[in-house]
Amino acid sequence: MRQFLLFISIIFVGLLFLSRLFYLQIYTSNEYDLFDDNAIRKVYDYPKRGFIYDRNGVLLVANQPSYDVMVIPREVEPLDTLEFCSLLKIDKEQFIKTYNKARRYSPRLASVFLSHLSKEDYAALQEKMRKFKGFYIQKRSLRHYQRSIGANVLGDIGEVNTSDLKKDPYYKMGDLKGKQGVEATYEKVLRGVKGIKFIQKDRFNRNIGAYKEGKFDTIPKQGKDITITIDSKLQAYGELLMQNKRGGVIAIDPSSGEILTMVAAPTYDPNLLVGRERSKNFSNLIWDSIAKPLFNRSLKGVYEPGSPFKLMNALIGLQEGVITPNETVTCYAGYKYGNRFMKCHCYIGKRNNLISGIQESCNAYFATTYRKILDKNGNASTGIDTWSNHVKSFGLGNYLNNDLFVGEKGRIPNRAYYKHAYPKTFYSTYTISNAIGQGEVATTPIQLANMVAAIANRGYYYTPHIIKSIEDKILPEEFTKAKYTTIDKTHFEPVIEGMLQVYKKGTAASLQVKDIDICGKTGTVENFAIVDSLKTQLTDHSIFVAFAPKNDPKIAIAVFVENGYWGSRFAGKIASLIIEQHIKGDITRKDLEEWILKHSLENEYAKPYSGEPFKINKQTRLQLVDDSEYKRLKRRLKKLQNP
Amino acid sequence: MVRDTNKHFKFDWTTIILFLLLVGFGWLNILSASHTGGDIDYFDLSHSYGKQLVFIFLTFVLIILLLGIDAKFYERFSSIIYIVSMLSLVGLFVFGKNVNGATSWYAIGGMTLQPSEFAKTATALAVAKHISDLNTNINSFKDQIQTFIIIIIPAILVLLQNDTGSTIVYGAFFFVLYREGLPKYYLSIGISVIILSVLALKFGAITASIIGAVLIFGYHFKNRKQFSFFKALLALLLAIGLSFAVKLFYQNVIPPHQQDRISLWLRLEKDPVKLQQMKKTFAYNLNESEKAISSGGFTGKGFMEGTRTTGKFVPEQHTDYIFSTVGEEWGFLGCSFVVVLFVLLLLRILHLAELQKSQFSRVYGYGVASIIFIHFLINIGMVMGLIPTIGIPLPLFSYGGSGLWAFTILIFIFIKLDSNRINEW
Repeated sequence: MRQFLLFISIIFVGLLFLSRLFYLQIYTSNEYDLFDDNAIRKVYDYPKRGFIYDRNGVLLVANQPSYDVMVIPREVEPLDTLEFCSLLKIDKEQFIKTYNKARRYSPRLASVFLSHLSKEDYAALQEKMRKFKGFYIQKRSLRHYQRSIGANVLGDIGEVNTSDLKKDPYYKMGDLKGKQGVEATYEKVLRGVKGIKFIQKDRFNRNIGAYKEGKFDTIPKQGKDITITIDSKLQAYGELLMQNKRGGVIAIDPSSGEILTMVAAPTYDPNLLVGRERSKNFSNLIWDSIAKPLFNRSLKGVYEPGSPFKLMNALIGLQEGVITPNETVTCYAGYKYGNRFMKCHCYIGKRNNLISGIQESCNAYFATTYRKILDKNGNASTGIDTWSNHVKSFGLGNYLNNDLFVGEKGRIPNRAYYKHAYPKTFYSTYTISNAIGQGEVATTPIQLANMVAAIANRGYYYTPHIIKSIEDKILPEEFTKAKYTTIDKTHFEPVIEGMLQVYKKGTAASLQVKDIDICGKTGTVENFAIVDSLKTQLTDHSIFVAFAPKNDPKIAIAVFVENGYWGSRFAGKIASLIIEQHIKGDITRKDLEEWILKHSLENEYAKPYSGEPFKINKQTRLQLVDDSEYKRLKRRLKKLQNP
Repeated sequence: MVRDTNKHFKFDWTTIILFLLLVGFGWLNILSASHTGGDIDYFDLSHSYGKQLVFIFLTFVLIILLLGIDAKFYERFSSIIYIVSMLSLVGLFVFGKNVNGATSWYAIGGMTLQPSEFAKTATALAVAKHISDLNTNINSFKDQIQTFIIIIIPAILVLLQNDTGSTIVYGAFFFVLYREGLPKYYLSIGISVIILSVLALKFGAITASIIGAVLIFGYHFKNRKQFSFFKALLALLLAIGLSFAVKLFYQNVIPPHQQDRISLWLRLEKDPVKLQQMKKTFAYNLNESEKAISSGGFTGKGFMEGTRTTGKFVPEQHTDYIFSTVGEEWGFLGCSFVVVLFVLLLLRILHLAELQKSQFSRVYGYGVASIIFIHFLINIGMVMGLIPTIGIPLPLFSYGGSGLWAFTILIFIFIKLDSNRINEW
């Protein structure tokens, strides 16, 4: 027996070791992954982010170098802190605080001491840098927005967040990514592909050479430059006109669906979201819950379309054969249905045909038309579905599925939508407000602009999009293929004639531009807000849609000005000016321009928050901008005309 | 004459091949662990792998010398070898060089020599000599004491030089003495003490006492015929006393850094913040070595391809933690290979020892197997986190001239003794 003690011990220990090895190396071991190996440092080589040009080749977004002061605490030697602080423009307290923070993070590894130095500070610091051991300057690349326009179009880039990291393993902590606008939609094109170097670390986290002589390293692939459809001059002009107003302006080239201008007001300088002040500025923008500068009103603002929607009803009426262009409807300064009454500003007994109905925006005419459409087969339940499908064929009531980062469906009701409110009986009068673009219908400015583009094209449209070209790539078919509406081409002419008359004699007669046949439609939309938990009516929204020239449309536009009152008051003027600017490249209606620049709606927007009772519409007085603001706007205008 | 030539080469080649495999594979891993990039110059003495290669070449010279000496020499001069060796340990107090807190080295020119490595061989020879003496009866208390003294002298000397690891190695001689007839109750007591100590530390003195009591009564219940109430009571009191004493000993006598190691091993620390702290300080080596081994998986990352080895993540990797390199680069297959090699070597030596006709050779052979076994157990056990951190090298594998030569001497003296047995036929 005595011989076996050591023998058994040896066997036992051998087996014990084998099972421990099995546990460590097979049972708990995962498949080897270079990316998970924390002995290998992954250093990314970031490619140049693509530039963004406007349709005329004007550079809108480029890159700029930015300089970060880095520190490796254990290499720092006693220094003249006073001089150092004054060079960096910080105080001593901040110096000590940042230094200690860096030290806590790691004495051996570099931390950012001060980020985004300006070029001037960098120049001053660089000469003296050798005096400050342990500090060095690291160059990074930031976005540089060449002009202070198009913040809502271009968007911005920012560090990826945890959900980005989860969604796409391409991104690593600290990477930059497009967050909004074109930067976000064309992120993959613009960013390129970053290169990677695998570097062997030692246990102090120092680099000791390339892993396997760089066998797995990759070279970065440059981001591609893109050209967008925006006309930067028109965009700048639109943004200028929308100063001190809120709302959206969308202009589309009907022959291609290219978005010429997309203004969301109020806007901001895109350079605010670059560099050291980014997070502070972003907070200011996102927490401004009243003006909501980050809310893209031209894409996300869902408004009742108001009178421009009458054009839809006219077209559907013609298509369904329930009206003819010459048939007249008598207006009784309104429209009586059952025991209710819809007001109209026509005089009593005015007889309107299609063209004058559009020209005068007669509510009675379109209420009649709407009822005829719905009641065509004697059953409003199927009638409204037919109506709804026609409307939707213009791209209303659904996402446009384009390359813009945000969007809204809007709302075009059908029978199913009303099932809840009217489960059994359903008559055309129940939804009569839809006749004049109020009630349940709701659209965004871009949808409305697209509707006008479809009218301008006499029956088809191209999905509105922002991309013009990506270096050598061909645009996807969905942007180059016409989408046809359910309305026959012939039915458009009388409607367009009515729109022309709006400018010639009707509600926008004061906005005519010499030598351009503009076809338009005004809109004035009642709207409500909750003020002190009461539904309160505010001053109407001013809406205008138009296209021009009549026979060879080059621009289709929709303008929304919140609380601007009637359509031609603000929106119409702005639309006319943008059309003229686009077609002629010059402004003859200086009077309109002057009027728009001078008038502000800020007092109107302040009312619901004032805590005091306020008056609306007729009882309001327009606010004039003060002198310094007026001068500023004039300066911007001048700069725009002579860049 | 022909017969004569044959005689000289009748060595046990199985042992020699196992020895060579371990040394060779060990060197490959030292190369990987100490190589710092760039071209490999095998004889570059500024690198550990270069020096080790030189040590290995010198080892062959040493082997020829050892096998050339007459087998009787080792038995006859064992006492003198032992005394010289002990003097070399004593001399360290005067001339020793301090490395990592242990005063265990002589600095001769540019080289250092660690006499405690050689003292194990000397002690094995002395123990073999003493036990095989015709006048020695291991069952007599006097002879037990004498043998213990032979063993305890070097153990205490190295302990005084702060080399705890080497001290523990002398526990290996228990296997030798037990084989040669040390009374059985030494084994019972030894195992009981170890179990009780671990229980007392892990679950507290009271739990340990209760378990001890249950075991004692269980034992006596089985052997009712020999039941002695007083013996049982005495054992019980001793068990209780030990349980409490261990706790006191742990808290008051054991130095703090060793307390930490034990606490880590027995998972005594529950506070996650402190555990994190431990991982960054004294548990760092263990943590890194476990990670390196684990990352190797089944087949390993390949020779010279281990990222944690290349990054020198495991401190002392080419010496005490060399097994973690095997783990990372050669994986489960490589590690099993090493473990199996050691087991085969140990069993072969054990088998040969049992075949010896002379008691001296047998006791010495047992000593060789026991010493290597303890190193194997403690070193690999420590690297894989099965045993508290005790710094001793992996025989034939770890970097170091003294260690390599000492084990070479240890093994080849036995091979020579064994060849003498063969030659006597």
